[in-house]
Parts: sequence; structure tokens; C-alpha cells
Amino acid sequence: MIQPNDSFEEIESAVVRFAGDSGDGMQTVGERFTDSSAFAGNDIATLPDFPAEIRAPTGTLAGVSGFQLQFGSRRILTPGDAPDALVVMNPAALKSNIDDLPEGGMLVVNVDSFKKMNLTKAGYDANPLEDEGFRKKYHLIELDLTGLTKEALAETSLKPSDKARCKNFFALGFMYFVYGRPLEPTLKFFDDKWAKKLPELAEANSLALKAGYNLGDTFETARNRYQVSKVAAQPGVYRKISGNEAIVYGLVAASKKANRDLLFSGYPITPASPVLEGLSQLKKYGVKCVQAEDEIAAMGVALGASFAGDLSVTATSGPGMCLKSEFIGLASITELPLIICNVQRGGPSTGLPTKTEQSDLLQALFSRHGDCPLPVLAAHSPSDCFDCAMDAVRIAITYMTPVVLLSDLYVANGSEPWRVPNIVDLPEIENSFASEDEEYVIYRRDPETLARTQAIPGQVGLEHRIGGLEKGEDGGVSYDPENHEEMTKLRAEKVDVISKSFKPLDIRGESEGDLLVIGWGGTYGAISSAVGNLIEEGFSVSSVHLRHLNPLHDDLGELMGRFKKVIVPELNLGQLALILRAKYLIDVISYGKVQGKPFKVSELTEKFLEHLN
Amino acid sequence: MSTTSKEETALTKKDFATSNDVRWCPGCGDYAILNAVQRTLPELGIPREQFVVVSGIGCSSRFPYYMNTYGFHTIHGRAPTVATGVKVANPDLSVWMITGDGDGLSIGANHLLHLLRRNLDMNVLLFNNRIYGLTKGQYSPTSETGKKTKSTPLGSVDHPINPLLFALGSEATFVARTSDTDMKHMVETFKAAQAHKGTSFVEVFQNCVIFNDKTFAPVTSRESKEDQVLVLEEGKPLVFGAEKNKGIRLNGLEPEVVSIVDGVAKEDLLVHQPKNSNLAYANILAQMTFPSFPTPMGVIRQSEGRETYEDGLIDQVKQAQSKGEGNLQELLIGSNSWVVEG
Repeated sequence: MIQPNDSFEEIESAVVRFAGDSGDGMQTVGERFTDSSAFAGNDIATLPDFPAEIRAPTGTLAGVSGFQLQFGSRRILTPGDAPDALVVMNPAALKSNIDDLPEGGMLVVNVDSFKKMNLTKAGYDANPLEDEGFRKKYHLIELDLTGLTKEALAETSLKPSDKARCKNFFALGFMYFVYGRPLEPTLKFFDDKWAKKLPELAEANSLALKAGYNLGDTFETARNRYQVSKVAAQPGVYRKISGNEAIVYGLVAASKKANRDLLFSGYPITPASPVLEGLSQLKKYGVKCVQAEDEIAAMGVALGASFAGDLSVTATSGPGMCLKSEFIGLASITELPLIICNVQRGGPSTGLPTKTEQSDLLQALFSRHGDCPLPVLAAHSPSDCFDCAMDAVRIAITYMTPVVLLSDLYVANGSEPWRVPNIVDLPEIENSFASEDEEYVIYRRDPETLARTQAIPGQVGLEHRIGGLEKGEDGGVSYDPENHEEMTKLRAEKVDVISKSFKPLDIRGESEGDLLVIGWGGTYGAISSAVGNLIEEGFSVSSVHLRHLNPLHDDLGELMGRFKKVIVPELNLGQLALILRAKYLIDVISYGKVQGKPFKVSELTEKFLEHLN
Repeated sequence: MSTTSKEETALTKKDFATSNDVRWCPGCGDYAILNAVQRTLPELGIPREQFVVVSGIGCSSRFPYYMNTYGFHTIHGRAPTVATGVKVANPDLSVWMITGDGDGLSIGANHLLHLLRRNLDMNVLLFNNRIYGLTKGQYSPTSETGKKTKSTPLGSVDHPINPLLFALGSEATFVARTSDTDMKHMVETFKAAQAHKGTSFVEVFQNCVIFNDKTFAPVTSRESKEDQVLVLEEGKPLVFGAEKNKGIRLNGLEPEVVSIVDGVAKEDLLVHQPKNSNLAYANILAQMTFPSFPTPMGVIRQSEGRETYEDGLIDQVKQAQSKGEGNLQELLIGSNSWVVEG
């Protein structure tokens, strides 16, 4: 790490946003800044934000891609409401991001892109950088990134156009200087990625990064430097992890703990594809991966493999869930263990495929025909995806049932530091395989879990038939009305009893008071921050964040009753609120948002205050 | 769990029957096919617990309930996907997929195509009765154009799918046809299907006695079959007719029926070569339809050598593990970790 040689202002946390064209490498520099901050010992939360088009026309508003992160010496739960520093690579990035930058915020601009054509594409009649009012409003730092980068790379053998493409790392280097970030993780990244295949590229990017950093040293307007100290964290080994990565690792860990082969079957869909891609790379860990011909097939392959004894998983997003519904019903009636991950995105239909939303809760709960309740879990942060994946597998195998695991785009693509668990400390998952020495009755149930035992094809003497037609306890097809009612109730009861295995609710704040905030999924960071702040200010507010959406916690109803008001913020139009009202007959307040963006801490705080005063 | 077989005792047809009452309509062709499968399986030298029968939805798809093996009656059209999952999870199993013309070629045609191109080592028996039976008599994708049914009172306007051409178009490695009227031929064909390594697709002409009775009678009935069925035997010329006096000759790219007595030498006839790697010959056979041509029965195509999907998939896993299984703890820690000291 290059040692700082001038004075720093010590700050608790900072929010930095990079914005540019889809091809400008903004996601890459955001990820690198994240790695560097993790290496520096900060807590972090990130928000990648990119368009659905892979390469929208250059320079247009549609093509703007952004990456925001917050890092701090305190616990960081969200990527931040608004940036303290904004780096923009072109006029379109400025136009679509500037409204979020508070007055006085640092604005780093790649000035050489502010030419007439780019300004026109972004919808500017005049260059905003020439407006005196604008210039005074922000702490403006104008850099000719293309020119500076080309100059820095003058001695390299790259073509001029390739040199210019390294400008994102020049900008990154400059921001590293401002926030005193270590360069090592990024230099290592260049080395790992290109040293062997494209050594000239590794060298050029290193040069650009260092040149950007060194420019800061000589640049008068960058004299304000900041220092963010290490966060006080539990001892252990840490790494940065995204939600989708954590699902992948959680599933592999669970398969080892359950002593079943992991079979993953999926179909590419944003934002769940990284689960398919991630697991495809883990053959060394015994993972079998099938890219099926469609979402339905992905579910069918998983179900067939479950019947044959594997730990089966499929992952998709909302549209894929629609297609899988009929098969999920079959998995329910045949009582086979299986995990269905839904990484939610904006809907309905194609909706907002690269923006976040939590609007598939009711779909997860009710999308099947017939009375067909299923266990439903939701992960609340990137690292929580690991624990939720393991919990989902525990439930699926212990209770012999398909399980829906909800994540969302914000959790899936965001990343944070994760204290890596020790594999040996993770709980074992017990299978209930049938014995060849006993008579096999397919739907005979464990008295506590109500789970049936599973006989695997290949087991001698346990040949049996399962299928979509209703069965009696012995597995024979039964059209008996009483039997259908009994089996329907048993399947529902089996899901209900899962709540007996839950840990007590984790309440932030007092267990009674004026306002209870109930959240689920990716809103955890924003809700916890807002509630934490209000508690510090002396308000009577508490929050609880639900991992289990079905069954709900046994003590949730009672907890709700101890508060004067209950409010449910969610990134939909009130889906959990509907469930809570129906189940507990409590008049909960629904606070919904469907803009494809996470809640800001400020907007939640304001809303909670409305109900506290 | 143990997966070892009990002491080797010869299995019989009875070992494959369940106690369930078979509930197809009296006179349904499915009975004969069930009978043929129950006769075939004990002769394969495979322990009973290694068989899995997977089906979709429709009359034919009730099949697993009548087979005393592992069985899975799934949902409409999707049996290929479940069968794929079973086979990938345990490649040692002998998987038999039962489907029909509606299940396999209408709602589930997509999955069938992908199963065939992936070439999983399993057997697909497609019962073709050219009608929707379980929903009581609507036309199916194999129904003839102009067919009048409950849903096509003025006759259907659809061009039908030829199941063999569909399979060949998917580059299936084993394509055969048999008929519910010929027990011996069914058993032979099913055995050949099992012997083939790869997806074996067998179209079975099946009579629906209620909604489409005698649809194949012009070809397979006792009176017509001698002149209308071309029984395929590898290495033998394509000869048919009660007097074995007719054959198939190639005229350019067109097949033609010729009379051997008219001075055509047997040497001029097409010789059955199901192992041709080129699909052209198999396509010529598949397109020979009533009434212009005799209907081929038997193995149309059997192409050896293409790797099965499950072998490819498992090989990649084994290859990746050739130097030992990955260390999960190291995977979780990754290459960019840091330590917070206590």
C-alpha cells in the first residue's frame, strides 16, 4: 500500500458512485474499489446498477451503467442513499446521476467526453460544465481522462484506441488517492486476469491505475483526502461475497452436510444466471450441472434427480417461476425434496429485468393450483444467502418438500464482507431414506416432522410408483374423497410444523412499544439503519426481519400485538402486509415502493416518523 | 443405503405386474404393449430395482402404475425432463419413458427433441393412436388432415407430424417402429432399444378402441399386413408382399415399389442398413407412408458411437476430480480473503 504523505480527514463512512457507458467498465472499477476497501478492513455494501441492454448506443442515457458502494469503519448495511463522490465518464452519466449528488459533493468528470455530439445524445443543449452556477454547486474535478491515460501509456505497445480504454482504471487510481485505498488487490487482479494471456494489458492497466493515483498527489483540487479506518469486526477469515455467490457456496456446503450429490438444473435468466454459471464451475466439488432447454425442463430435471436421490436445485427469476408452477405442484404432491431459488426482479412479465423488486412473494406462496402450501424463505443480505441456502436444504430434506428460496437482484448482485464459516461447524442434515429391511409404505410419516421416508431407485425390494394423482398412504392411486382431504391437510400441516424448528425472532429494539417495523428480504439494511437511528434518537420503534415467510414464526402474532402500530415496508404494493392482515387480523400499515430501486434510509426514516409523531 | 441385488433368481413376467387393476378400456392396444414390456424386461438380465418407468399424462402415461418397478407418473409432456434427471442422478438405472402422440409430440415435443439430441441412454416408447383419448376424442398432432373429431367437426386443417421424421430430425441415434398387433415384433424391438447405448425412440402403432378404432387397420390388420408392412431386417433387401414378390428400389432420390417378378433383380433393391451414419436413407424409410408405400416396421436407424449426455456430464466431473475432490473450505475462503485478528 502506498503510504499517504499528507493530511487526511478521518470520516466514518463514504459513498462513492462510478457512472459511465455500458462499455466503460464501471462495474469492473466498482468491484475493484470494493475489493480494495475490503482489503483495507472496512465494512462495505454495494449496488451495481446496469441497463438491460448489453451495449445500448454509446453515449445515450439508455446505456448508462453505474456502481455505488458505501464503505465505513462502522457496520455498513446499505450502499448509501446518496453519493459523497460521483465519477462520471460522459455527459449521459452526468445527466442521469447528478440529481443524486448533494450540493458540495465531489464530482469527478471525464471532460474530454463533453463534446457536442455526446452532449446532444445526453439531451444537453449547452455544456453544463460551462455553467457558473453548476460549477459552484459541486466540488468539481475536471480530468481529461483519455488524454491523461494515453500519456501515461505512451511507452506501451497498445494501440491508441486500446490505451484510451484503460481510462476507467486511471479514474479508479485517482479515487484510490482521494480515499487512501490500497492498490495491491487491484494490481493482483490485473495479474491474475491478464499476466499470462495478455501481459501488455496487465501492464497498461497497472500503469493507468498508478498514474491516476499519482495524479492525485500533484493535483491541487484533490487536496481533500479522506481516511476511513478499519471496522471493528469479529475475529476470523473474511472475504467479499455477492448474494449469488453465497447461494452457490451454501448449496455446495449443504450437499456435503446432507451427503447427497448436488444436481443443479437451470435455464439462463437475469439475475439468476450467475447461480447456474457459478455451480457449473464447481465440478471439482462433485456438482452436476444441467442447462436445460427451458424453465419447465430445468424444474423437471431437478425433480427427476430428487426422485433418484440427489440434492436437486433449480434457480430462476419471476418469469421462470411462472413456468415452473405446474411442476412445483407435482413436487409437492410427491413430497420430494427440492430447492427452487427465485432471484426476484421487477415484474410482471419482462418488467424491469435488471432492477430490483420483491414482488414475487405471493407467487412463491400461492402460484400452484390446488391447496399447495410450501415453505418459503427469503435472504436479507448477500452473505445471508449462504445461511438461507443451507436452511432451505435442511427444510427440504428434513420435511421432504420442495422449498422456495427468495433472493432479489439487489441482494444477488450486491456484495459485502463475509466471515467465512468453518465447514466442520456447520450442522449436519439428516436424510430419511427407507430401509431395505422394512416394509416400505410411501406416505407413512414421521410423527414429528410428518415427513415421509424416501426410497431411491436401485434400492432392492422398495420398488414403488409416485405421481401427480392423489394417493393413499400406501401409495396407491386414490379417488376417495376423505383420503384427498386428509392428504391435503397433512401436506399443509407438514409445512406448518416447520416453524417449531425456527430460532426465536431477532428483534431490533424493545419487544413492545409504539411502532413495529416488519421487513423481509433485501430491505434489511435500509430498515435496520433507519430503525437503529431512530432508536438512538429515543423513539419507541423496533423492527423484526423475517427469513421465513411460510410458515411464519409462531411468536410473530403476539409480538405484533405488543405494538400500537405495525408498518410493513416492502418493494411491492403490500404483499406481506396482505398476508399479515389475513393471518393475524391486525391492521398493519403497508408502505410499498416499486421503482426498481431499494429503499433509501431517509425515506424510511421519514415514513416511520410519520407514524411515531 | 444398499443397492446390491438379492440373489440372482430369474425374473419372470409376473415379477413386473403390480396388484393395481389395469384401467384401460377393454380392447385398448395398451394392454398388448404392457404385456410386451412385461415380457421384455425379465429377459434383459437387469435386476428389477434398476428399472425406472417415467411417463407424462394421457392414457399411455398410466403405464408406470402397472409396472412393478420404480415409477414416476409426471405431468403433461414433461416426462423427458424427469427421465433426464433420473438418469443424470444415477446413470446405472434402466430408464423407460412412456409417452403418447399428444404428450410427446404436442405439449412435450420441445422436451422430446432435446432428449433425443442429448442422447441419454434410455428408451422412449411413444404410443401413437392419432387421437386424444383421455380427454375423450379430440384430434392429435399425428391425426390425418381432414380428420373429424369433437374439436374438428369440419375436419382438421393441420398437417400431421410424422414421429419418425421428428426423431430423425432431432438426430436420434436409434429410431424404430412397431405395432401393438405384433407381440413378437414388439418384444424384439424393445430388446433392440435396450441394447442400444443412447436414446432409443420407438413409435408403437396403438389402437384406441373407443375414439379412433382401427386407425392403423389398413396397414396392420391380418388381411392387409402382408402387403402393407415392410419388415426391416439388417443386411436384407427391402422385400414385402404375401409372395415376397415386391421390393423397394431407389430411383434417383425417390424410392419406388417394384415387382420382383417383372424382371427386377434382388440386387437392384435397397438393402436395409440402419447403421448408415447419413440420415438420408432413414428419412426415405420414414417418409414411406400408406397408401403409396408399405409401412416400414423395425429399426429404421441405429447409429453407434455418439457419447451419451450422462457419460459426458459425469466424465467432466470425474475429470475435474482426477486429482482429488476440491477442498470446500478453501473454496469458501477464495483467493482474496483477509484475516481479522482476535
